[in-house]
Amino acid sequence: MKLLSGNDLKSGKVVWWTGQDWSLHIEDAVDTGDQGEAIAHAEEGARRVNVPYVLDGVMTPEGPRPAHIKDRIRALGPTVRPDLTLKPADPDAGNWVI
Amino acid sequence: MYRYDQYDQSIVDARVEEFRDQVARRLSGALTEDQFKPLRLMNGLYLQLHAYMLRVAVPYGTLNGRQMRMLASIARKYDRGYGHFTTRQNIQFNWIELADTPDILADLSTVEMHAIQTSGNCIRNISSDQFAGAAADEVTDPRPWAELLRQWSSFHPEFTYLPRKFKFAVIASDEDRAAMRLHDIGIRIVERDGEHGARIFAGGGMGRTPMVSHEIKEFVPLSDLLPYLEACLRVYNRYGRRDNMYKARIKILVNDLGAEEYARQVEEEFAGLKALDLDPPKAEFDRISAYFAPPAFETSLSDDIDRRDPDFAVWLDQNVRTHKQPGYAIATISLKPVGGIPGDATAEQMEVMAALAERYSFDELRVTHSQNVVLPHVRKADLYAVWQTLREAGLAEANLDLISDIIACPGLDYCSLANARSIPVAQKIATRFADQKRQKELGELKLKISGCINACGHHHAGHIGILGVDRKGTENYQLLLGGSGAEDVSLAKITGPGFDEDGIVDAIEKVTDLYLEQRTEGERFVDTYRRIGMPAFKEAIYG
Amino acid sequence: MADLLHYREDGPHEEPAVTLDAFLDQSNATAVRLESDEDARALLPYLDRLTLIEISFPTFKDGRGYSAARILREAGYIGELRAQGDVLVDQIPLMRRCGFDSFHPQAEVDRKALAAALERQEYVYQRAADARQPVWKLRHG
Repeated sequence: MKLLSGNDLKSGKVVWWTGQDWSLHIEDAVDTGDQGEAIAHAEEGARRVNVPYVLDGVMTPEGPRPAHIKDRIRALGPTVRPDLTLKPADPDAGNWVI
Repeated sequence: MYRYDQYDQSIVDARVEEFRDQVARRLSGALTEDQFKPLRLMNGLYLQLHAYMLRVAVPYGTLNGRQMRMLASIARKYDRGYGHFTTRQNIQFNWIELADTPDILADLSTVEMHAIQTSGNCIRNISSDQFAGAAADEVTDPRPWAELLRQWSSFHPEFTYLPRKFKFAVIASDEDRAAMRLHDIGIRIVERDGEHGARIFAGGGMGRTPMVSHEIKEFVPLSDLLPYLEACLRVYNRYGRRDNMYKARIKILVNDLGAEEYARQVEEEFAGLKALDLDPPKAEFDRISAYFAPPAFETSLSDDIDRRDPDFAVWLDQNVRTHKQPGYAIATISLKPVGGIPGDATAEQMEVMAALAERYSFDELRVTHSQNVVLPHVRKADLYAVWQTLREAGLAEANLDLISDIIACPGLDYCSLANARSIPVAQKIATRFADQKRQKELGELKLKISGCINACGHHHAGHIGILGVDRKGTENYQLLLGGSGAEDVSLAKITGPGFDEDGIVDAIEKVTDLYLEQRTEGERFVDTYRRIGMPAFKEAIYG
Repeated sequence: MADLLHYREDGPHEEPAVTLDAFLDQSNATAVRLESDEDARALLPYLDRLTLIEISFPTFKDGRGYSAARILREAGYIGELRAQGDVLVDQIPLMRRCGFDSFHPQAEVDRKALAAALERQEYVYQRAADARQPVWKLRHG
């Protein structure tokens, strides 16, 4: 599957395309099929996202996951600071990343 | 240390307002990201893996307690309670919001700080010897020279859109603590006939094509320095490659032309520039130098230190160096706790360091290119009290220049350019070699880790270097041996096929074991490597 | 192409500029255009009869034109020095310091933002091709 990600222009936070909007959570991401570049272009033009890009993902029982390690680390947060990730309370949150 | 006058302050304040305007134009859509990117980079603002990152300049690594407290305040107010000290003696914050950056810069300007030219294709923060003004082996304090360069290079109208970034280092000692020979231009202040001048080296650098710089001029007197450097930069700006960003650094130009030809072109340009009266009068250098006059050292202090506490004695022997003033010492605060993140400090730790500087070190701190912090002027009689405070704050690791004093770039945990994580490797190595006696037995061993070939972790300059690469989507680590960023400068060589994270730690153990077995009296790891050569080490690793 | 921005007492030079090669070939033109990779020093013998030198900025990130401009001013050129191409608000103040006194941007420049940018820095650290006094001069006279 093809996911679409970028950073929020104002805050810089990592965001994922949900079909209508942008979410901080990879679980909300959708397959953009062959529409990723077009959505990226329109959303960037509207300044709803900064430097968007299309990436490979895989669907798992827990939801969509980026295929590449760099995007997986983007989806969670720094592996060396679990307290600063999106799921600081979950000690296993990073298990799928590496 | 240097203090702003009305002009410096006005320039920095105007810069804050300029960036406020630029951010507003970006948010309104008047500037595209492509147009905005070089502008934000010239204010130290990157878009990293998780967020914007702001790199704040610490000119030549010198700061006072008030400035360090402001960094702590920014960490708390705008970031997540910590900062990361960098290999260019700066500090960066990892979780910054674009909309906050003008306010952060405004806060910084109240303590005479800024983020000017901490990135971008311009002249970057001038780096220097962290022991400047304290080192027993310096001919003079190099920082007035560095400050002169800071002012000259700030918003230089001709050199703000260079082919690529441009890094200066200035030292004034035999010992090179600033990796001077691995800079675009390295300057060593020397004395000739009672006069100080600059010995100039050009074309060094790390990155994907590491090169050691070439000497291009034996002695440039102070009165010629700025026109000479202006000439160096002009030749580079005109003829440095712009077709390929990986070949755009000055080292490629110097290498393509040959150092002699580059030097000749610089001389030709210099002859024209010298006639233009571009350079400040000696009075300006003297004005700057006055700020770097030695602090009011007490005289006739005792050199005795009470070593009865064995833990203190270990730290004393490892992290404290000779000061030029009797009765004083230079103390390095390690930001490399075993298992920690190299170079990171919490806001609370920054405040502890600030307080120690104010109380015990004439209100001065230094950031080192090895990502540690120095208290440059501590009375020997105060060292025990300093150490006790550091220990309470988790800052008393006794590992300066040992195997666990690792330089590591942020790597794939933070950096959008990285191919592999650096920090977990550093943590595993430090943990494997945590035993103090074992580290001490291995002696001086500079281990440096980069998470990609851009080499921010200086792996080419490590006695042991590690380069993280992406091998078909998994992290892989190559091992390099024999580099040095010091006065015995050399570039490390790759041993062979790479390893996974655990494999690289095992490989390091094998090479250090071989060193212990082969070394002769007084040899450091890198000396043994140089003497017995790569094949023996390869055999130990892969054999 | 957007409006010309002009910072000279005399009016803008109207004749089109010829290429450097064409100029060196026949050389009775009074206006010449330098591409960013061309050597400004090739013009030094002819400066007193040139009234316009146009320097191209194919992208704002290509900074060679800044050096070209200073070289021409240092050699005594007093005619119109025009930056043409990807010329943007935030680069124009630096270009002014390097001796450019007219600008022909590809895209319209926000005049209000530009006016603010040009006035923002009261002080400068270096002597350059403009008349501004560096702070060391203000400090020491």
